[in-house]
Amino acid sequence: MNAFLAVDVPPISHVTIWGYGPGGFNKTAAIYVFATLATILLFVLGTRRKDALVPAGLLQNTAESGVGFVRSQVIMQTMGPDGLRYLPYLSTLFFFIFFSNITEIIPGVQFPANARFAMPMVLALATWVIFNVVGVVKQGPIHYLKNSLIPPGVPKFLLILVIPIELISTFLVRPFSLMVRLFANMLAGHLILVTFATISAALFAKSITVVIMPFSFFLLVAMTGFEILVSFLQAFIFTILTAVYIGSAMHPDH
Amino acid sequence: MGLALIHHLFLAATAATDNTKGLTAIGRGIVYGGAAIGPGIGIGLVVGNAISAMARQPESAGVVRTTMFLGIAFTEALALFGFVLAFIISG
Repeated sequence: MNAFLAVDVPPISHVTIWGYGPGGFNKTAAIYVFATLATILLFVLGTRRKDALVPAGLLQNTAESGVGFVRSQVIMQTMGPDGLRYLPYLSTLFFFIFFSNITEIIPGVQFPANARFAMPMVLALATWVIFNVVGVVKQGPIHYLKNSLIPPGVPKFLLILVIPIELISTFLVRPFSLMVRLFANMLAGHLILVTFATISAALFAKSITVVIMPFSFFLLVAMTGFEILVSFLQAFIFTILTAVYIGSAMHPDH
Repeated sequence: MGLALIHHLFLAATAATDNTKGLTAIGRGIVYGGAAIGPGIGIGLVVGNAISAMARQPESAGVVRTTMFLGIAFTEALALFGFVLAFIISG
């Protein structure tokens, strides 16, 4: 029965804890160091052969198709050509989140660093600062506040209801939901994998229960495949929402 | 059935034995289950309509797919708030 204890949901203090070891350096921090180094190395080593017309090699192909993906699927769809100056930030963000998520399914590590909400919070606050600064610089403080609080075409008498809702949803719920979306998706995926792994291990015994072990083991394998998709999708969604928020600060609805 | 269950839970909560852990688990289940109903329906609507849009106009599939992921992300946020809230509930 001891194997089932790992299925116990941890209390919230265990989810928010950050530091063990020297200087608070733990597995989460180690994964973030890996993700940072992987992102830097990908773009440093992948862009050395600038002159070559035909891209070659794993690193250059990954870097170029990744940047092309962020350019065509994220920026062009949401911000238009004006947003291309945010291409470096958004591609770095995409690859950093993806590398710190994908450790969820790497054997031996099997932990998504974004399942602890310190770094998602920092990234969401960075997005919040960027879109507010862009809005204030592009439109001026008064216009930015007016355009983001008053949607076009709202009757005058509804403004007393609409302005507080827009204030909360634009300046409070946006960064909070960015953080929670990334953190909760990775934590939920991790818990699902842990649950099916411990159930498979507990059922692998010399008793009649071993006949249902293949089902939970099959789900463990299937969920591992599904988590690859989720890691990619969450990196993509965080990047595209950042792009949408910056775009809405750059071009207000008229 | 439901009233009997609630009555039983009430008796269990007021009894001398400590049932905090079990009741916490039930509360977590109710919170997450309740929070998942609306977003489940909403994501179904978003994806279903996106698929019918893609089937009607395959050339607009790229734009529709991007918008569909945005819609899923906004809808899903409520379910995830419930997921986090289920963790915050502690006995």
